[in-house]
Amino acid sequence: MNLAAIEGSNVGLNIGIFALFVVITLFIVFRASRTSKTTVDYYAAGHSFSGAQNGVAISGDYLSAASFLGIAGAIAVNGYDGFLYSIGFLVAWLIALLLVAELMRNTGKYTMGDVLAFRMKQRPVRAAAATSTLVVSFFYLLAQMAGAGGLVALLLGIENKAGQALVIAVVGVIMILYVIIGGMRGTTWVQIIKATLLIIGAFAMTVWVLGKYGFNLSSLLGDAVAKVGEGGEKLLNPGAQYGKTGLTQLDFVSLALALVLGTAGLPHILMRFYTVPTAKEARKSVVWAIWLIGIFYLFTLVLGYGAGALVGPEEIAAAPGGTNSAAPLLAYALGGTVLLGIIAAVAFATILAVVAGLTITASASFAHDIYANIIKKGKVDDKKAEVKVARITALVIGAVAILGGIVANGQNIAFLVALAFAVAASANLPTILYSLFWKRFNTAGALWSIYGGLTICLVLIVFSPAVSGKPIDPKTGKSLSMFQNVDFHWFPLDNPGLVSIPAAFLLGYLGTIFSKDRGDAKKFAEMEVRSLTGAGAEKAVVH
Amino acid sequence: MSTTDQGPPDSGPDWETIQQSAEFTQLRRRLRGFAFPMTVGFLLWYLLYVLLSDYAHDFMGTKVFGNINIGLLFGLLQFVSTFVITSLYVRHANRKLDPVSEKIRADVEGGAK
Repeated sequence: MNLAAIEGSNVGLNIGIFALFVVITLFIVFRASRTSKTTVDYYAAGHSFSGAQNGVAISGDYLSAASFLGIAGAIAVNGYDGFLYSIGFLVAWLIALLLVAELMRNTGKYTMGDVLAFRMKQRPVRAAAATSTLVVSFFYLLAQMAGAGGLVALLLGIENKAGQALVIAVVGVIMILYVIIGGMRGTTWVQIIKATLLIIGAFAMTVWVLGKYGFNLSSLLGDAVAKVGEGGEKLLNPGAQYGKTGLTQLDFVSLALALVLGTAGLPHILMRFYTVPTAKEARKSVVWAIWLIGIFYLFTLVLGYGAGALVGPEEIAAAPGGTNSAAPLLAYALGGTVLLGIIAAVAFATILAVVAGLTITASASFAHDIYANIIKKGKVDDKKAEVKVARITALVIGAVAILGGIVANGQNIAFLVALAFAVAASANLPTILYSLFWKRFNTAGALWSIYGGLTICLVLIVFSPAVSGKPIDPKTGKSLSMFQNVDFHWFPLDNPGLVSIPAAFLLGYLGTIFSKDRGDAKKFAEMEVRSLTGAGAEKAVVH
Repeated sequence: MSTTDQGPPDSGPDWETIQQSAEFTQLRRRLRGFAFPMTVGFLLWYLLYVLLSDYAHDFMGTKVFGNINIGLLFGLLQFVSTFVITSLYVRHANRKLDPVSEKIRADVEGGAK
């Protein structure tokens, strides 16, 4: 019974629909490549997308496999506690809207490093910004690629690790093609198509589920409770996952903090603000993104409880792919093989597009911050050489992502994404905010905050129970930690945010006031005026 | 310490004078006067929700009607507040921020050339 979905799943159909998506997007990427010649094209799509287009693309970048498969699965199995993720992911956007998006668009050109380097010492600050960008992207990439493996198991019926590794490699190669050929313009179009498919797919399933219950949310919830039988009431109340002990409750606060403060520090999101011509368009794109993302998370609430009611948490937990399989199983329960094929292809497309977005960000940060501004000291005469470096970097990062994905195959997606958020909130957000709003902030403060936040965050992750030392689950005979049979943890929480984020803010403050560097008042005046008014900001490129 | 990408040449506009101008201080006050209190507000509102979900299970589990409990409504209100703040900010920016910033930008870019 548990394998019903696999048996019902038509592998040929799944692959066929996904292949169609790949062919169409590759065609568009090739077309986009004809107008992508220069650095500004490769990194920022010539600053020429509209706010609405970029808003859809942002939702494409943001609504990763963790959002779609992860949250729907968490709600189906843990009920209310899964819903908490989506709220943190959404509210976080207000920080981007109110404090970050427009000001960054006005002061930077391609990367976060541009903004930080505006009034600091170029080379050390850019090196720090690029380092944290690469680390955040790496965690996020791992999460996506690990999810791809689980999805393969579920949808293509490939159970052995070698077969899954092969599929992960194929996904990785397609993604590298997108990035190398299409640059930011091609990647943006891929995001737009993917976001549209994902939101339409989720909308259709939501209406379908609600239709079965006469559009009455209360009776859907009642059915989800009834499906579990005794104790099902827990699904509706908070605490099923995080309410067990005082420690898990504290862990939840830590997670909530990382989610809400992480978004505005995610490098692949920040970079999207540069694909539009003005700050006003950047604002519009965030507004579009907030509406689309918010509505999508409302869909996942229905999908999660719908999967609970129509498929049942036990069957979901026992399926290959575990909780991540809730949405595909629901699709099968609703629309049989065809809907499962469509949703499966959309889920694949989601992973593919997010991975492409991360890869272009990481490659831009390396080529622009490290190669052009540190190694070449800002004297790259040949802009083509810079783009070439970016493309080679994309190739390397893609290869690392494929290898990492094969190694991390089977890890919990939402958990890995939460770690990426914690790193972004610790290493990036304090420096971005100080840099935009605090006159006295200086190079020492930036370095303390980035390297300090990054180090504390990583150390706490390594020595957390998430990596080692969780008790063995009697059902599966395995520990929930990343490594089995060892225990070197001393930090009690899975998510480090509660400690590492305040610490990074504090370090930024201390580093600044202990340094003799009083900051350059002229440079701050220029940065402040430019950030608020857009004077002298990078203009769109006309082709 | 040359840069590929930022900073106009030294002969650019006098940024410090612009920064101290009445117009610019007004723009800054309008932006910060909206964004800072709003940020504190929505973070506290979010934190209240997180802490209640985490530590007040019985309260959040109280049924309001049918199977809809306070926790679910509270969660949905977080969506509503996010949408409302977004719309309020857009209105504020269109009415109070854009006209001032556009004027300053025109002055800077017009005067610098």
